[in-house]
This record gives sequence, C-alpha cells and structure tokens, in this order.
Amino acid sequence: MNTIIKVKNISKSYSKGLLALDKVSLKVNQGKVLVIMGPSGSGKSTLIRTFNGLETFDTGEIDILGIKINSNYNERRIQKIRKRVGMVFQQFNLFPHLSILDNITLAPLNVQKRSRVDAEEFGMYLLQKMGISMHAEKYPSQLSGGEQQRVAIARALALKPELLLFDEPTSALDPERINEVLDVMRKLAQEGMTMVVVTHEINFAKDVSDQILFMDSGKVIETSTPDIFFSNAKHERSRKFLNQLDK
Amino acid sequence: MKSYKNIFFQIIIILLCILFFGFLINNLIINLIRTDLGFNFSWLLKPSSFALAEHVLPYSPSDSYAWALLIGWLNSLKVIFISLFLSTILGTIIGLSSAGNNILLKITSAFYVTIIRQTPLLLQLMFWYFVGFLGLKNNFIYFSNILKINNQGIEFFGLTLTSEFSALIIGLSVFTSAFIAEVIRGGIISVPKGQWESFRSLGLSERNGLLRVIMPQALPAIIPGLTSQYLNLAKNSTLAIAIGYSDIYAINDTIINQTGRAIECFIILLLTFLILNLLITNLMETINKFINKKKIYLS
Repeated sequence: MNTIIKVKNISKSYSKGLLALDKVSLKVNQGKVLVIMGPSGSGKSTLIRTFNGLETFDTGEIDILGIKINSNYNERRIQKIRKRVGMVFQQFNLFPHLSILDNITLAPLNVQKRSRVDAEEFGMYLLQKMGISMHAEKYPSQLSGGEQQRVAIARALALKPELLLFDEPTSALDPERINEVLDVMRKLAQEGMTMVVVTHEINFAKDVSDQILFMDSGKVIETSTPDIFFSNAKHERSRKFLNQLDK
Repeated sequence: MKSYKNIFFQIIIILLCILFFGFLINNLIINLIRTDLGFNFSWLLKPSSFALAEHVLPYSPSDSYAWALLIGWLNSLKVIFISLFLSTILGTIIGLSSAGNNILLKITSAFYVTIIRQTPLLLQLMFWYFVGFLGLKNNFIYFSNILKINNQGIEFFGLTLTSEFSALIIGLSVFTSAFIAEVIRGGIISVPKGQWESFRSLGLSERNGLLRVIMPQALPAIIPGLTSQYLNLAKNSTLAIAIGYSDIYAINDTIINQTGRAIECFIILLLTFLILNLLITNLMETINKFINKKKIYLS
C-alpha cells in the first residue's frame, strides 16, 4: 500500500520557547482517513497546516506524495505539493468577489491552465456532487455556512487532489448545518479519498476514520483505531478529554 | 424649553458668520475703491510682455495674459498627470514590497516611506533641483543620442525635459509615492489572512493570488485614499514656483506683480484648481462605482 503522508519527528517552537509541535511522527496510507483530535491549543491545526507548507517547522522531515520538505522552506517543492493536495478551512475562506463557479475554476484555469469550458464543466459536476449546482452563479455571501463549506470542498477537489486536508471544517457552522457537510465528507471517504481531518465530531470520527491521533501540548499522546480510542483509550489524558467532550 | 435654546444659539452663530464674512467683503470693497483698482477682467486681453521658458502651445510675450494663464494651466496639467502616473507605479511597487514577505524589501520600503513622508516637500523639491540637477556635471550620463542627463535636464530620444520640469516631476512623484505606498499597504492588509492561505493552498503563485484574489478585495479600501493623494498632488504642484517652473501659480504670481490684480487672479487660480480637482474626484468616483458594481457579494 502506498504511503501518502510520512511525518518524521517534526518540532516547531514559537519565539517564547513554547513548543507548538513536539517530535510528531505519523503515517497515512492511501485511501485512509486520519482524524486528529485534541483540546484547543494542542497543535493539531499547526500540524495539519505543515502538510501543505502553510506553516513551517524547525526540525524533522515530512514526505507528502513522495515530495520531501524539511525546515528549509523550499518554495518549488511546496508549490508541487499544493497542486496535489486540497485543503478545507474552518472559516471556508471562499473568495467573496468571485461567483461560486469562479471560485472553483480559479485554480484549474490559472494553475493547471485548463480551458474554461473544461474547467467549468468539471466545476459544475463537482457542484452537482455537493448538491449545490443551483447556486453556481451566486456569490459566497448569499449562501448559508453549510453551503459555503460544501463549495470550499468542491473548490479543493477542483484540482483532482490525491489528499484532502480538513482543518475543523464544521466548527464554524450552525449545529443543524453540520451534517450536510459531514455527509459530503463521508461520501468522499467511501470513494477512497485519502483524508486528514481535524475535528471534534465524535460520531464522524467513529464512523469514518481508520485511525485517531490524539494530541496535547504539541505531543502525540496516542494513535489508535477508533474502536479502541473511544471505548478503551490507552492514556489517562485521552480519557479525560473524551469525558469532557461527552458533557 | 431646550429646543428654543438650541434655535436661539443657532441663530446667533449664523448671525456671527454673516457678520464675519460681511466684514471681510466690506474691507475688500473699501480697499478696492481706495486703490482705485475696481473689479474687472478686461486686463486679461492685454499683452503679457513676459517670456515663458516652457510652453506646450506657441507663446510669445506679445500674447495676452489669458493665453499666458492657459499655457500655465497646461504646464500644470502636464506635471500633475505625469507625476500622478509615476507616483502610482512607484507607490504600488513600494506598497506591495512593504506588505510582502521579503524582510529586506520590507525594511527598505519602510525606510523610504519614513524618510520621504517626514520631510517637507519644498525641501525635497529644492534638493532635486539644486543638488540633483544643477549640481550635475555637463556629461553626467551620456549614451550617444539615446539618454543624456546633465545640469540642463534630461534628453531622451530627442525629447528634451528641462531641469526644472524634471526636478518637479521627480520630487512630486517620489513624495506622493510614499503616501500612495501606505494607502496600498493599508488596503492589502485589510484583506483577511484566510484569503492568502486559501489561494496558496490551491497552488496559485504569489503573483497570481495577489492579482486575482487580494487586489480585487483591497481596491475598495484603496481607491478613496488614492483619490485624496491625487488631490494633494495636484495642489502640491503649485510649489513649482520655488524652483522656477512656470506653472499656473507661478504665472499668476507674475501677473499679480505686473497688474496688481490680486483678487481676480486668485479667483482664477481657485476656479482652475476647483475644476481640476472636481475632475479628478469624479474620475475616481467613476472607477470606484465600477469596482463596487461588481461587489454584489457584500450585499
């Protein structure tokens, strides 16, 4: 089986000597879903953002799709990774000045230099798949949060990525809008998309993930399958965290 | 009770204003009668009898004062529009550098903005003219017939720019560019950080992302600031008199000395700048409306 992500001992410290990441190692194989959990400030967002170069790190090495990056910022390699890895953010980050369809075709047109007809056709296919093709001509502000996040997922899929990164994709949504986004993510996982998801959604993690990585203060506390993690977590710290989530 | 009091005070203030302006106008009329100058514009058609070093249209001392004023206005327009163009380009480059990631560029542009913004324009114009141009040797830069820069000015492909004109253009452009740079920088940092991360994560290059994602969102914040810098530039161009460039203000000054028609000349000067600045404001408003029309997304 192909390894998509291999992280070896990466650390990152902030100027005050605070460790954002403390010797983190992990591995994700093709078609697998890794869910990263942990209290806020545990470094999970920082970790996922190092995978496509939005965040740098001080020591260690990351291998994404066979492209190696280390503490020396290598623009060319990171650019290569970004073309093959999609990312979905907590705040959607859609481009407010572009229509929904233009949001999706921006990268295919400018990065892959595809033809407009080609890019728009694929864009419409993706919107249909997300169940929002009727909004193609609208602007982001005219859509609900759940719809905006599904556009963001369609946008991330527009470059036909081999890996999708989700940084708390449902944290900014109204509770009744969360499921429409999670359903889309479930569908993607079933289709065999390799995904890394930072989330607090226990049910999603239970159903969809192949592996749970629990972090606290920049350290990986434990890596388990969801069965073990939710019923019989190995570490005291993980159990405490799960108890708090239940409340 | 309270509203009566309010109205009472407002009437008092209006009366005081009328009294003040009435006093000024009365003073003016008394003095015009006393000096026996009167108030008319017939002198405009008399020959000016002074020479101008620079004129876009044909001009000789036997031409009328009105014609001299028009030449002055054209000279001003030439300086204003060329400086407007140059300062925008220069300001954009510096603004982008200071909003970017490159530390060296950031420090350099911050240094530039600090020095230029915090010294008087008059001083800078003097510098470019007396130190910059008049201090040059005869053959400071000489590339056969292509480019010559010396104490006579700049000669570029047979196009001759006098040293006064060149110094004024450089001085105004450099001075205004520092302010424009800050306007551009402010506009760019007003765009949320998530937008940068978003286009980067899609594999867009910095240049492409700036052009297609950041700038379109920064422009609504940039245009109003840019407009007031352009208006400042137009008004600042009157400092041309300090280095002997014959712009509208300098020619007005000469005419006042010759004819004593200060009131009429100031009215003309006021109107020309009012018209010019209304023109600039309207142009920028149109651009702003065009940008905002595409901004349905904020509704």
